[in-house]
Parts: sequence; C-alpha cells; structure tokens
Amino acid sequence: MSVAVHGVAKAFGTTRAVAGVDLELSRGELVSVLGPSGCGKTTLLRMIAGFEVPDAGTIVVGGQTVAGPGEWVPPERRRIGMVFQDYALFPHLRVRDNVAFGLARRDAGERGRLTTRTLELVGLQHKGDRYPHELSGGERQRVALARALAPEPELVLLDEPFSSLDATLRADLRREVALILREAGATALLVTHDQEEALTLGDRLAVMREGALVQAGAPTDVYARPADRWTAQFVGEVNVLAGIADGASVRTDIGDLTLPAPAEGPVHVALRPEQLRVDAAHDPNAEVVDRDFRGHDVLYRLRHQAGLTLLVQLPSLELHEVGARVFVGPVASAVVPVVD
Amino acid sequence: MEVASIARAGGRARRRRPDGWSALTILAAALVAGPLLVLPASFVVAPDALSDFTGLLPDAALATVYLLVGVGAGTLVLGTALAALMAFCDFPGRRWLEWAVVLPLAMPGYVFTLFALGARDDLGLTWLPLRSAGGAVAVFTLTLYPYVYLLARNAFLSQGAELVEAARGLGLGPVRAIIRVAVPIARPAILGGVALALMESLADFGSVNLLGVQTFTNAIYKVYNGAFDRDAALQLGTLLVSVTLTLLVIERSTRGRARYAAESGRRFAPIRLRGPAAVAAVAAPLALVGLVVLAPVAQLTVWSVQSIQDGLLAPEFGTAARNSLLLAAMSIALVVGAALVMAYGRRVSASASAGRAVSVATIGYGVPGSVVAVAVLVPLGWLDHRLDDVAGVGLILTGTVISLFVAYTVRFVALAFQSVDSGLERVPRSLDDAARGLGSDRLDVLARVHVPLIWGAMATAGLLVFTEVMRELPATLLLRPLGGDTLAVAVWQATAESLYQTAALPALLIVLVGLGPVAVLIHLSRRLA
Repeated sequence: MSVAVHGVAKAFGTTRAVAGVDLELSRGELVSVLGPSGCGKTTLLRMIAGFEVPDAGTIVVGGQTVAGPGEWVPPERRRIGMVFQDYALFPHLRVRDNVAFGLARRDAGERGRLTTRTLELVGLQHKGDRYPHELSGGERQRVALARALAPEPELVLLDEPFSSLDATLRADLRREVALILREAGATALLVTHDQEEALTLGDRLAVMREGALVQAGAPTDVYARPADRWTAQFVGEVNVLAGIADGASVRTDIGDLTLPAPAEGPVHVALRPEQLRVDAAHDPNAEVVDRDFRGHDVLYRLRHQAGLTLLVQLPSLELHEVGARVFVGPVASAVVPVVD
Repeated sequence: MEVASIARAGGRARRRRPDGWSALTILAAALVAGPLLVLPASFVVAPDALSDFTGLLPDAALATVYLLVGVGAGTLVLGTALAALMAFCDFPGRRWLEWAVVLPLAMPGYVFTLFALGARDDLGLTWLPLRSAGGAVAVFTLTLYPYVYLLARNAFLSQGAELVEAARGLGLGPVRAIIRVAVPIARPAILGGVALALMESLADFGSVNLLGVQTFTNAIYKVYNGAFDRDAALQLGTLLVSVTLTLLVIERSTRGRARYAAESGRRFAPIRLRGPAAVAAVAAPLALVGLVVLAPVAQLTVWSVQSIQDGLLAPEFGTAARNSLLLAAMSIALVVGAALVMAYGRRVSASASAGRAVSVATIGYGVPGSVVAVAVLVPLGWLDHRLDDVAGVGLILTGTVISLFVAYTVRFVALAFQSVDSGLERVPRSLDDAARGLGSDRLDVLARVHVPLIWGAMATAGLLVFTEVMRELPATLLLRPLGGDTLAVAVWQATAESLYQTAALPALLIVLVGLGPVAVLIHLSRRLA
C-alpha cells in the first residue's frame, strides 16, 4: 500500500469540511476524487500534502506516518509532489530551474540528469530555457507536472489540474497526463468536480459529498451501479423511475427492467439516457419536448404518456423535431440499479 | 527530524504548537513596539513630573489646534482642488503638471523654512510674519498637500464617469457636478490624506523650532534637552501621541472604506479648458511647484556655491555627510529586514496573535520622532545599566548609534512594512505550497521564491527608509552620539543661527536624495495608469 488515509477529519470553525475519510492507494495507481465544489475534496488533498493539519485520523505515505496522534511531518519532508490548479510555477525561474527546484539537495550531476529526463518525459526538453509566461497553458501544465515528478515522489497530488484550460485542449491533455503518470510509474490522486474527467482518468473513482466518501470503485462500476440517487445524478445524466421490484426485475411505467441484484417491493431505479431507444416501428407513446444538440449525440427530453419526463440520448444520425411523437422504450441490455 | 507537535487539546481537536515563525514575528513586533509602552507608563512612575512645566501646556495645546485647523483646511482645499483639476480637466501640459505637483514631497519642512527665512531677509520682506503659527501653517500646507492630492486624485480617477455624468444629466453644470458628487464620494480618501498631512505636521520639529512656534515637539525638546526631565518629556510625548494616533486610526479606517467606494472602469471624459481658463490651469500649479521646489532648489544652489567660494561651509560638513549616508544605508538593512520578518511571519504563521502583534508594531509611524527618541531611551538605558553591571562595559547602547538605529526602526518600520507586505500579497500562496511540497522549508522558500519575486518592493522600501533617515531631524538630534552630526542636524543648526549659506549645501543634498522616492512613486503610478 503506497498511501493510506484513515478516519481523517477536519473542521474550520463550525463547518465540518472533511468528516472521517478512509482511502487507500496502491503503488502506481491513479485515483480520482470527484465531488461538487465545497465537498471537502481540496481540504482532503491539502491534508495529505501537509498544508492543513487534520483534527483526527492518520495519514501514511510510503510506510511513514505523516499525520496522526502525536505525529506530524511538515510538507517539505513528505515526498509528495503536487500540481496546483493555477500551476504555481515560479515566475522568476526558467522552465528547467522550475523543474529542478525540488532537487536542490541532490548533487549537480544527478540534478541535471533528473531534470533532463523529466523534461523529456513531458516532451518539453526544447523549452527548458523559456520562462513560464512564455508558454501556452498546456505547456505550463506539463511543466507543473514535470516539477512535481522530478524528485520521484511517493505520491503525486493533482488539484483540479485541467480547470483553467480550454475545453478543446482539455481532452488531449487529460490523455497525455494519464500517459505521463503511467510512464513515470507514479501513484497519483486527482481531485476534480468534472465527472467526465474523473471517469476517463482514474483507475479508480471516489465520489465525495459533504465531507465524506459515498462510493469508491472502478469508474465503470460507479457509473453503472451508483450507490445512491445523488451519486447517480452526479456522475452523469439519469432518469430515476419508481417501480415495484419482484426478484430479478422491476416493473416501471415504461416496462419491465432487469435489476443487477434481487430486490422486493417499491423501489427507485436509475436508468441512463443511453439505455433508452426510439423506435419508429411502434406506436408513439411520447412527445419530444426539448432537444439538446451536442454534435456527436443529441439529448432529448420526452414527455411519456404515463406522465413522466424522460432524458434520452441518441446518436445525431437521425433527428427528431420538438413536438414530434415517438415511441420510447428501454434497450434490451438495460440493467438498472436501485438508488433509494 | 522535525516531527512532533500535534498535541491533543480539548477532545478531538488537535492543533499545532505555534511555530518558529510566529514566535519570531511576535518577537520582532515586540522589540519594535515595546519602547512605546513606556509612554503611558510614565504617568504611573512619576505622576507629578509635568507640574514644573505646566506653563508649556497652554501654548502647546493652542499651537496644536492652530496646526490642526490651519493645515487641515489648507491641505484639504489645495490638495482637493489640484486633484480635481488634474483628474477632470484637460489642458496643455497636464500630463507633466499632474506629476510635477507631487514634487514638494521631496522638500522637508525645515529645508523650505530655511529657504523662506533666507529669501525673506535677502529680498527685504522683513514685514512677512513668518515666525508665527501662520507661517508654520503656510510651510506645512505647501509641503504636505501632496498627500491629499495623491489620494484624492486616485479616488477621482477610480470612481469612474457614470455618477458625474448622471448628475450632469440631472441639470448640474460640470463644476457643480464635481463639487456635489465626485468630491463627496472621494471623501474617505481625502480625509485619509488630510490625516496623514496633519500627522506629519504635528510630528515635525525642525520647522516649528526654527519658526519659534511652541508646539509639543518643541516643548519635548526643551524639557528633555534643556531641563533633562525624562518623565515630563515622556508625558508630553504621550499627550502628543494621543492626537497623532487618533489621526492614524482615522487614516487607517478611511483606507478600507475608500477602497469600496463606487468603482467603475470608464474614465470621465475630461473637460477641455481653453483661453484664460487653460492659462490659469497651467500657471497656478506651475507657480506652486516653482515656489515650493524650483525656487528653493535654485536659491540653495546659489547659496551652496557662495558658501564654497567664500569658505562658509561648516568644517564638519564632510563628517555630517558621511554620517548621514552611513546611518541611512545601514538603516536600510535593519528596517527592511525587520519589515520582511514581520510581513513574511504574518503570512506563514497560523496564529492570529502574530497578525495582531504586527498591527501594533506598525503604529510607530504615528509616533513623532522626538517622542520615539525619548521613549527608546528608557528600555535601552535600563538594559545598558544591567549590561554594565554584569560586564562592566560602560554605556554601549544609549551613548552610541545603536540607540539611533533602534529609534529609526521603531519610527520607519511601518513604511517599509507597507511596501514589503503589498509586494508579498501579490505572490500567490500556491507558490509557497508548491515550494514546500518540493522540499523547501519556510526559510528556504523565503530565500528562493519570495525574495527574488519581491525584490522591487524591497528596493522601494529601502529607498523610502534611506530618504526618511537622511532627513530625520528630532530623533537624531536627541540621540546622536558626540560628534555625530548629520546633514539634517547641520541644516537645522546653521539655520537657527541664520547662517543660510552654510545650511544650503547639506539642505540641497537632502532635497536631491528625497527626489529619488518621489521619482519611483511617479514611475510606479504611471505604470499602473
């Protein structure tokens, strides 16, 4: 186990920012913490980094207890690299000196070797003599990552690392950062409020709400089987349907659906918009109320004749106008988790 | 290993003990502010000390009222009118004049007094009642109005165009719109400027002494230097400080409010002046700067040349110049260093008491130099005697330049602090965190990140301290060791003996040095605009 956080809590005045969080990271693992702003995820990150002192709990990094009852290791001795939201590059230092900043105690030869190697890793070996203000946003971000990786830390923390970038740059850079972290073999913890980022980036995803972790698991599991209604809604668009469960299936207004685990009695289930389909071969049972064209797909809002509103995501190959009447039903493979 | 120190305190809450930086900050603040505690204490130690000097009090109180009213009204009108002219009007040469009218900041009151007295005698205008409260009010108004001007102008420019335009849409002419809308909105800033000007005039010793006005600073000098009554001097100082600190509180409280006064982006479209109005708009500020800066500098230059040709230069001139330079240069390191410790300590320290200690330490700027001088002697004298008892080294603190450095630090640390602190505020805190995450401790972060980044702010602070120490008179006069005359002391002594030519060269040097920070101020403001 590379990093272990147990029962960590922190209050500011009467506000409980983090209320007893447990989280473990294996060596080389990339974990995303996803939560809305104000959920305490940044405080959790800052406690692991050593910029905040926890009120309770222990934090172990690389076998060393860095915070706990009677234990405190200041941030400069934790061997943790951090990538900041605003990158926090030192404006008076060239790229190369920024990357070498954390290597002050190494001898000159090793410092030069590590700096060059890390700059090559992030593909910026040709920009070592530039100053941060001469770089593009994406390049600054890679310098920030290189600077955090250069001292070969036990853990890399990334605080909303893509939030100050253009949407077009973001997807590319996300992939690139994930690759760099893998290649460096780094253990990394990323916090974000962007569900797409969290789903694509992490080996594991931990959802945080009001200071506590509500669910942790593989991104696909969290998406397909959210622990509760809030999580279902937070990690993507969702239709929450009332129904009566009867063992392996549930009866709802739009038909019988398969449950991942047996249940009985009145329940709510989560149905993703992509688990619905429109079929011209059937008689219409719904009307298009609204349409959100997103390029590669379209999100429709349909008024079902049973009185409920459904979100339906369809490829943009074939468009339905607002006001059109269509048939809507679940796709055959739809499995819907209970989210009461 | 630097571990330990999450102590259990009150159930689940754990807190780190105050770290070294908090302690260092509080220590620095205590060393700076500590001497000022002896001021009120003097009433406890010797309750009757003032009884021998009660005759001084009515005069001092009356002079203080004169100065408050006269200088208050004078700087208010002059500073605000000039600021309104430069902010709301346009005329040929405005871009130069709006900065030229700041130059009187480089002119210490006692140097202008030297010029005024000498020129009056040379021109045979002996009927001019310069040696009076009215003369002092004139000197202070002419040299201190830039405080009001700068703050008012800044307030006028930042309040934007909408409100004045709205008033004009409601039927007010441009002048009445400015008087009824723009000036009231800028009131906090104007008031802050007036408070600063009044603080400076009450702290002054040189001008009032040369003009024979019996103010508190003059009374303190008499009581301390003439009658050697330390407790009475401390009590007079306490009375004076209660007035100046009130002004400081007013100034600080207006600063916050001034910032939140209506701000908007668009600038007022200036009123274009033509014909006689334009001529007057150019001539009046030009005449003012001519009277307060150009004429004195020209006159001092002439007298300096005469004094060199006629051998009227004081024999101690070389020593005085060297002393001034050394004191000012060494003060830079000391005062800026103390300010840096306090500003950085407050930034990194988690404890609120460090922040409070720093606010207390920066009130030294509201304490006049003569009061600081008398106050620092009490703890230093006590320490001196203890040291002498233990080591038998004689008096090594009070009789030497060490007491001067302590006084300069107490008096000017606020000046340096303001500059250094605003520099630090511009450094994002994530840089501190980034550097610490990369293995730097707090001192290392300061050396490798902050100092390189705030070098400019530290240089500005150093320049301010250098100039202030160069021109400082009362504290230097009271604390200087034997033979330790400075340029300021030389100017004062020669002027007091009506040796205007002898006073000219040291005075000229002080003015020229004073132009440095004014030039920096102008440069920085222009870059911001």
